[in-house]
Amino acid sequence: MTMMKKLLTSAIASTLMASGAQAAISNDTVKIGYLADMSGTYRDLAGPNGQSALEMAIADFGGSVKGKKIEIVSADDRNSPDTSSSTVRRWVENENVDMVAGMVASSVSIAVSKILEENDKLGIISGSAASSITNEHCTPNHIHYVYDTYPLANGTASAVVKEGGKSWYLLTADYAFGHSLESDVRRVVEANGGEVVGAIRHPFPTQDFSSFVLQAQASGADVVGLANAGADTTNAITTASEFGVTQSGQTLAALLLFLTDVHALGAQTAQGIQLTTGWYWDMNEETREWSDRFMDKTGVRPTMVHAGIYSSTIQYLKAVEATGSDDAQTVRKQMMDTPINDMFAKNGKIRIDGRMVHDMYLAEVKTPAESKNEWDLYKILRTIPAEESYRPLSESKCKLVKN
Amino acid sequence: MDQSAKIADIHKSIVKEQAAQERKRLMLNAALLLLLLAAPFAIYPVFLMKILCFALFAVAFNLLFGFTGLLSFGHAAFLAAGGYTTGYLLSNYSGLSTELGIIAGTLAATFLGLGFALLSIRRQGIYFAMVTLALAQLVFFFFVQSEFTGGEDGMHGIPRGHLLGVIDLENNLSMYYFVLAVFIGCYLLVQRIVSSPYGQVLKAIKQNEPRAVSLGYNVDRYKVLAFVISAALAGLAGSMKSVVFQLASLNDAHWHMSGEVILMTLVGGMGTLLGPVIGATFVVNIEYHLSQGPLRDWVDPILGGVFVITVLAFRSGIVGEIQKFVRKNIG
Repeated sequence: MTMMKKLLTSAIASTLMASGAQAAISNDTVKIGYLADMSGTYRDLAGPNGQSALEMAIADFGGSVKGKKIEIVSADDRNSPDTSSSTVRRWVENENVDMVAGMVASSVSIAVSKILEENDKLGIISGSAASSITNEHCTPNHIHYVYDTYPLANGTASAVVKEGGKSWYLLTADYAFGHSLESDVRRVVEANGGEVVGAIRHPFPTQDFSSFVLQAQASGADVVGLANAGADTTNAITTASEFGVTQSGQTLAALLLFLTDVHALGAQTAQGIQLTTGWYWDMNEETREWSDRFMDKTGVRPTMVHAGIYSSTIQYLKAVEATGSDDAQTVRKQMMDTPINDMFAKNGKIRIDGRMVHDMYLAEVKTPAESKNEWDLYKILRTIPAEESYRPLSESKCKLVKN
Repeated sequence: MDQSAKIADIHKSIVKEQAAQERKRLMLNAALLLLLLAAPFAIYPVFLMKILCFALFAVAFNLLFGFTGLLSFGHAAFLAAGGYTTGYLLSNYSGLSTELGIIAGTLAATFLGLGFALLSIRRQGIYFAMVTLALAQLVFFFFVQSEFTGGEDGMHGIPRGHLLGVIDLENNLSMYYFVLAVFIGCYLLVQRIVSSPYGQVLKAIKQNEPRAVSLGYNVDRYKVLAFVISAALAGLAGSMKSVVFQLASLNDAHWHMSGEVILMTLVGGMGTLLGPVIGATFVVNIEYHLSQGPLRDWVDPILGGVFVITVLAFRSGIVGEIQKFVRKNIG
């Protein structure tokens, strides 16, 4: 019912716009709230540098849109859905925030998107991995921009199998996220003619991976797949490196790994790992040019999340300019209608469920000999076309998709 | 003759003083109540409700820690058990009125508390704390694994529903007054428990357990009951929290939460009635306001620093220090 209402309002709004009605930017300000983990485990992959990316986007756009000023407010989400939801509630109810950007922990993103739906504001999620955000938890009020677990599992697993990694052994974090990654990988591996010879579940979180890694090594599988995230993945990789897993001929496939994680591990430890990423700073002239500017400002190379925050903010501001409105539905519709072509994505497209689909890349971590500097970490093996990457709408459980 | 008149005089003055103190306390309480009633018009109600939920959690914890001397390191389990149970019931049985969901959540935490208590009170001191921590970790892993909690994603979109089937709790103001009423009820209950003969026995156990045993009290029974009441109130706090925020997440079950409630109680003043309330207000405010400002990268170190300073320099906490000051200089 509310959805119908929203569709109707957006339809009316766009007709009004077409007939040249007055631009409607509420409070004469476009206010963007940046919410991310500023102090905890996810600080590096989005964090304060994500805000720098957001500020770069606004500066590059010219600092104002249709003559109205653009403001930023920001807060630490503390990886806590309660803290985030009270912050965002106050932003949208009392402080006229029009769009919320950033967001990493999936529990935070889902909690925030529900509040945005209630208040009909827009959210652009750049940091979260969970594919459920645009599946069972989809709303007409958010966009999931950078990546999700579906292409990560899909891209890495199918590519590795095609390259001859037929038998797999999985190290799975023992909770919902790990289980869903494991089942995704299993499906992809088997569909491509591979086989999962064994899997072991480790508690979440785990510090000591030695017994798990030894079992993976003993299995004799071609590929050891890491169906976990964050500190679990980096701990597992460190242990695998100590036990010489890659040196003994097995391939390590990480399903969720960020540039900052690889940077922290170093090329020596992480070499040879295959992973899927939505973007890499050293892909072409455009990405390098932007990354250099980013590095001048922050001192580090950007992750795909930083690039996504920049790109999505530019797209958002363009849509506000084109429609002359900061109404969530009007802007979202405009963003859906406009293909994304910038340094982040080529022919990226935002679907009805809020998923931004774009090409993904299969990368391998360079060896210390290949790596020319501390950030020269990936070589891109293959571009995975958008339509192969993301969950097709026909499999969607999103309420906005009619199946 | 003379002597008995003197004694009567002294007695009279004591009674007078007590009455004056009682009056002072009543006035203080009335002022606080007025403040709480007016607060949502000045401060954002959801934020106030968050403070009230944590204050209730800390009050529950303090009943066990401050008054009985049992340091539980597993209270997050009760908060989460209450929150998840209420959340699950309200999300899946749409006809259920909100207060029944909250009662069910509280009961779940109560029974969990009974299980914890029967196992843990067999040990004392650090061993007691470790047993409660271990049990709480078991509960945490149960919630991580269970399908119904949504794992890492958490449980979302819990409907606030209607109180008694009539009062719409979607309205922040009516929700606030409901939470406030429950909080005041629980606060008065704890006040009553602490000043009752039962509460006196708890204090005796805290001060000298062997002596309480030698006086013929069945100490274990008193401890179990105190633990269960504390768990029930913590569960109630969790249930209300899940209704207020319309979500329940793993953060509530994590051992950080058990640590946070210790921090709130110590900073506010353990063993005082108002202490945990002030402590919760203080900690929630620090977290909230610092996370918006330029010091947002430093919230955890600052809270850690506050904890260290409190333990080293102000062992009786904010309220305890104020009481000491008043007693020394005024009273």
